[in-house]
Amino acid sequence: MSTSTEVTAGAAAEQRPAGHKRQLSEGARAERRLGWLLCAPAVIVMIAVTAYPVGYAVWLSLERYNLELPQNIKFVGLANYGAVLSSPYWWNALKVTLIITVFSVSISLVLGMLLAMLMHKTIFGRGSVRTAALIPYGIVTVAAAYGWQYAWTPSQGYLSAAFNNSAPLTRQVSAIAVIILAEIWKTTPFMGLLLLAGLSLVPDDLQKAAMVDGASGWQRFWRITVPLMKPAILVALLFRTLDSFRIFDNIYILTGGNNGTGSVSILGWDNLFIALNLGIGSAISILIFICVAIIAFIFIKGFGTAAPGSAIGKR
Amino acid sequence: MSSGDRRLSTSRRRSRARPWPASRARRTLAGLACAGLAAAGLAACGTANASNGPVTLTFYLYPDNSGATQQAIANCDKQSGGKYTISYQQLPNAADGQRTQLVRRLAANDSTIDIMGLDVTWEAEFAEAGWIEPWTGANRTEAENGTLKAALETAMWKGKLYAVPANTNTQLLWYRSDLVPNPPKTWAEMIQDAENLAKQGKPHYIEIQGAQYEGGTVWFNTMNASAGGTVLNPDATKVTLGEPALKALTIMKQLADSPAADPSLPVQMENENRLAMEAGTAAFQLNYPFVYPAMKADNPKLFKNFKWALYPSVIPGQPAKVTIGGIDLAVSSFSTHKDLAFQAALCLRDRQNQIIGANVGGVPPTIESLYNDPALAKNYPFHEDILKSLQNASVRPKTPVYQVVSIDISHLISPARSINPQTTLNSMKSQIDQGLQSKGLVP
Repeated sequence: MSTSTEVTAGAAAEQRPAGHKRQLSEGARAERRLGWLLCAPAVIVMIAVTAYPVGYAVWLSLERYNLELPQNIKFVGLANYGAVLSSPYWWNALKVTLIITVFSVSISLVLGMLLAMLMHKTIFGRGSVRTAALIPYGIVTVAAAYGWQYAWTPSQGYLSAAFNNSAPLTRQVSAIAVIILAEIWKTTPFMGLLLLAGLSLVPDDLQKAAMVDGASGWQRFWRITVPLMKPAILVALLFRTLDSFRIFDNIYILTGGNNGTGSVSILGWDNLFIALNLGIGSAISILIFICVAIIAFIFIKGFGTAAPGSAIGKR
Repeated sequence: MSSGDRRLSTSRRRSRARPWPASRARRTLAGLACAGLAAAGLAACGTANASNGPVTLTFYLYPDNSGATQQAIANCDKQSGGKYTISYQQLPNAADGQRTQLVRRLAANDSTIDIMGLDVTWEAEFAEAGWIEPWTGANRTEAENGTLKAALETAMWKGKLYAVPANTNTQLLWYRSDLVPNPPKTWAEMIQDAENLAKQGKPHYIEIQGAQYEGGTVWFNTMNASAGGTVLNPDATKVTLGEPALKALTIMKQLADSPAADPSLPVQMENENRLAMEAGTAAFQLNYPFVYPAMKADNPKLFKNFKWALYPSVIPGQPAKVTIGGIDLAVSSFSTHKDLAFQAALCLRDRQNQIIGANVGGVPPTIESLYNDPALAKNYPFHEDILKSLQNASVRPKTPVYQVVSIDISHLISPARSINPQTTLNSMKSQIDQGLQSKGLVP
C-alpha cells in the first residue's frame, strides 16, 4: 500500500512544475498502473486475512446467532452490545484486565530498565548475561504457565509448600497476583531488550560532559538517559500494554478464568467457543478491538513529542 | 470414562478419565500420530478406501486408556465380515476440549467423522444444530431393547432418539461404618449425624462436589430432582424452577453453613472428595464408584469400614433421583457411510462389548440385564445399589444451550455458603431464561 502512495506522490511531484492541471504523462500513468498492479497481491491478501474477518465479526455482532440454534438467526442491531455492556461479567473482566495490564506493565518496565542498564554496563560476559536474561521470554507461555500452576498447587508445588501449603489460585486476589507475577517474569526480558536498544541511542559524550559538570548518577539518568530514550520507552510500553490487555494464555492455564479472574479475552472465548454464541462473542471481540484502538491512540497522543525521531531531532 | 464426574463446562481444569472400579491408566499416543497425519493431509485419517475392501469408519471418543474400547473395536471389525473397519480417533482428556473439537469440525461439515461418543448433555445441542442423525426403524428398536430408561432419556430430543447409550454412571453415598453404624436415609439425617460426630470431635465432614464446575450443576440437579422439581419444560422453552429448587438450595446452604461441610467445599471436585475421605477427615462422601477400588488400594485400613448406601433422599420416604452420567454414541449427519455407522455403533455397545467395558474399562453398562450377570456381579459388590440408583435416575436439563444453563447454575450455587435461597433462585431463573433466548453472557 505504501508503495502506491509513494508512486503517486512521485508522479504528482513530477507534474507540479509543468502546470496546474493534474494531467499525468503517459509514462507516469503507466508507472502508477504498475504500482497498483505490484501492490495488488498484497492488498488482496490483506483484505482476505484481516479486513474480511474483521468485517464479518462486525456483522455477526449485530445478529442473534447461536451455532446450536441455526433456525433462530436474526438481525438484532446493537442488542448484543447492550447485553455485553450491561452485564456485570464484562465489567468485572475489564477491571481484571486493566489491573493485570497496569501492574504487569509498570513493574516490568522498572525491572526491564534495570535489566537493560545491567546488560548495557556489563563488560564481562555480556553475551551470556543477555542470553540468560532472555530465557523466560524464550519459553512457550503455555509451558511456563503450567510450571507456575504446578508450583502453586498445594501438595505438588514448591512455591505452595514454601507458603504454608497455600492455594492462591483458588481465590480472586491472590490468583490475579500470581497471574501478574507470571506475566512479569515472562515479559521483563522483552522490555529489557527493547530498552537496551534505546540505551544505545544515548551518546557517551553527553554522559561524560554531564559528569564533568558534576551531575550525579541519578540526575544523569533522569535528565539525559530517560529523555533520550523516550522513543524506545514508548515503543516498549505500547507493545507491552497491547499485549497485556489481550492476555489469554496465562489465565487460561492458571485459573481458567474461575473465581473472577477472567480477562476480556477469556470472556470472549467462553462466549464464542463454550456457549457457541457467535453474536455475543463477536460483540465482545469488537469491544476488545475498540479498547485496543483507544489504548494505542492514547499512547501516540500522550507521547506525541517523543514519537520516534522527533525527540532526537530537537536535540 | 464416567462422565457425571467429568468437568464439562464451567471449569477448564484438566479432568482425568475416572473409570468405574478396576483399570489403571496407561497412556497411549495413538491419537497424536493421526493428528500429525491430519495436519499433513486431511484425507489421511478418515475417509474410506475406494470401492473394494472394507470401509473405514472414523470413531471419535474420549481417550480410553484401559484398552476396552480397542478390544471392542477389534471385535466389531471381525464381526462385520469385512464390511468395515473402525479407526479410533482420541479426543482430548477434558470434556470441554472434546466438545470444542467436535463442534468445530461439525460446524464446518466435516465428513470424516462417522461415529462420535457424546457426553450425556450434548445430544440436544448436536441434534438441534443438525449435526447428528436420528435413529429410526430396526436400528432404533435394537438401541432401545433392554436399555436403561434414564440412559435412553439422555439420548432423546423432541421425541426422537439421536444416540445409543454406551455406558453410564451414578453416585452413591459412601460412609465410614466405624463412625456411622446405620447410614442416613435423608439429607437432614446425614447433616445431623455429621454434626453429632463433630461434637464428639470425630471425623465428620460430608464430601461433595462444591466447586464452580459441572459437578456443582450435577449436585444441584440431583437435589432439585429429588425434591420433585425440574429446571426446564420438555421443549426447553421455559424455566420451570420453583418450590423444589428452593428446597434444594436451602439444604445446600444448610450444609455449607454447618460444621459438616469440608472447609474446602468451594474448590472440591470428585478427586478432592476422594482424597479427603482417604485421608480420614470425612465420614460421608457422595461420589462415583471409582472411589471404591481407590480406597482399597490407598488405605486398606479404612477400607475395612468403607461402606456404601443409596444417595440420601431430600423428601423422606422418596428415593433420591441421582443425576445420570455416561456416554452415548451418535452418527454424524455428514458421514458418507451412515448405514454402516449405525451398525458399528450398535456393535460397539452390544452385550459382549459392554461386559468388556465394565470389566476392563470400569464403566457401568447401559443394558439393564447385565447387572445380574454373574461375570459382572463378582467384580462389583455394589451393583444392586448402582442399578437401583440408575432406575430412579434424573437427567440434566435437556436443551441445545445446555452449556449456558450449566454455567449459570454452577456459578450461582458455588460457593455454597453464599447461597441465599430465594435470591439465588430468582437470579437462576432470569439468567437461564436469558440463556434460552441467546441473550445473556456466560461468565
